[in-house]
Amino acid sequence: MTDALTISDLVVEFDDFRAVDGVSLSVREGESFGLVGESGSGKSTVLRAVAGLAPITAGTIAVGGETLGRTRSKDFYRRVQMVFQDPYGSLHPRHTIDRALAEPLAVHGIGDAEQRIVKALEEVGLGTGFRFRYPHQLSGGQRQRVAIARALILEPKVLLLDEPTSALDASVQAEVLNLLEEVRRKRGLTYILVSHDLAVVTHMCERLLVMQHGKPVELLTSADLAARRIETPYTRELMVASEGFKRGA
Amino acid sequence: MSALLEVENLRVSFPTRSGVVEAVRGVSFTLGRERLGIVGESGSGKSQTGRAILGLTPPHATVSADRLVFDGIDLLCVSAKERRALRGKRIAMVLQDPKFSLNPVMRIGDQIMETLAAHGRGTGAEARRRTLAMLEAVQIRHPERVFRLYPHEVSGGMGQRAMIAMMLVAEPDLLIADEPTSALDVTVQLQVLSILDKLVAERGMGLIFVSHDLRLVSSFCDRVLVMYAGRVVEEIAADRLHQSQHPYTQGLLNCLPKLGQSQHPLPVLDRKPEWAA
Repeated sequence: MTDALTISDLVVEFDDFRAVDGVSLSVREGESFGLVGESGSGKSTVLRAVAGLAPITAGTIAVGGETLGRTRSKDFYRRVQMVFQDPYGSLHPRHTIDRALAEPLAVHGIGDAEQRIVKALEEVGLGTGFRFRYPHQLSGGQRQRVAIARALILEPKVLLLDEPTSALDASVQAEVLNLLEEVRRKRGLTYILVSHDLAVVTHMCERLLVMQHGKPVELLTSADLAARRIETPYTRELMVASEGFKRGA
Repeated sequence: MSALLEVENLRVSFPTRSGVVEAVRGVSFTLGRERLGIVGESGSGKSQTGRAILGLTPPHATVSADRLVFDGIDLLCVSAKERRALRGKRIAMVLQDPKFSLNPVMRIGDQIMETLAAHGRGTGAEARRRTLAMLEAVQIRHPERVFRLYPHEVSGGMGQRAMIAMMLVAEPDLLIADEPTSALDVTVQLQVLSILDKLVAERGMGLIFVSHDLRLVSSFCDRVLVMYAGRVVEEIAADRLHQSQHPYTQGLLNCLPKLGQSQHPLPVLDRKPEWAA
């Protein structure tokens, strides 16, 4: 099986600050891979480095066998798309949903926008009634669906998901997670999901990497995690924390 | 247990261009010196309930209730001045995000001392001593150093501890915590909660814990009110949450992915119009 994404010894530095320190991982085609950690653990930065939004100080990132340079080609963005955490911040407040979805098509010179937009909205369960609305007329969950539609409209192979549900209510989170799973099954997509929520990552991913202070802590499968076959104390700590408050603990 | 707070048929409504929006529609509960959780999704009216008790409802909104009594004081007919005297001194509120609710241009120590001065609970060296003791009580390791820092110089967890310190330094009888840990990392969340838990227990305060996280609330509180569309749909003892009767409460519990239980797809809430009725 081929690797959709390979990261080796990635280092990301911002001035004197080392945000990511020697992370290596490989994600197989069609796999769903999770990155877990607290804020500041560098998990989002790894994702941003793949997307070309953070500088690669050292190490390499390869997508589909091709090593990425300093810039990303148009072709790269047709294959790799990203969904951001905050659906309030990632949609242009003065563009209609229609325009938000038409833009990537225009950038990549893809025709029959009309049909594709209708199809994309349907796929994320919004229907065409939302097409000419503005983001402020939508709820958080609906906005996140638009952001997913915008990523999917270019028919990418890899989706980078940066905390796609942490700004949403629990019930809406369930809907969006179900949508993401369904889309992945239908299109055979590769996911890299970043989250601070162990339960969400285990639910969505087959394997996951726990990070702390920019360094990889432990790579394990979701099955291992669910069965509590955990090697490192930090992962155990995260595990305990995700189980809720215990008096006297 | 004598009631610290009695709320009966509380209503909060906002006039908007497209008509009156009722955010809270007839909420009733009594609170002793216990931990009460209020849970619901965004827009369920949980935060507005907390704000109405404190008198922080925006001026263009209307608050009405059959009864809103705090420790024998009728909150519906006290003057703004008396209300102000209660706020911070006897009823305090911890807000969600320390980034937005601390004064960015004032040192943390000075902000806490200001609380003391405002409520006539000490000034000068005495206030400083109490502030440092309070910072220590919320497990800040170097209180002297943090005292001199500005909010942007501390982490989220530290900021939230500073806010809790500020709210508790005047020794209120009732603490309303509105999503006090939602902006924090899971591991920090638990530390902050255990600090809150300890202080509330030691000082015999009443606590209203407002959150969207049903699981967290049930592990922290004694009793939980579940709100939907401005109403309380269910009241239940936290340790009996798994026996909840209302489909909304069950739905909220079930829609969370659980470690060690695979369920694909996740059950989603099937909202029924009669829940809001």
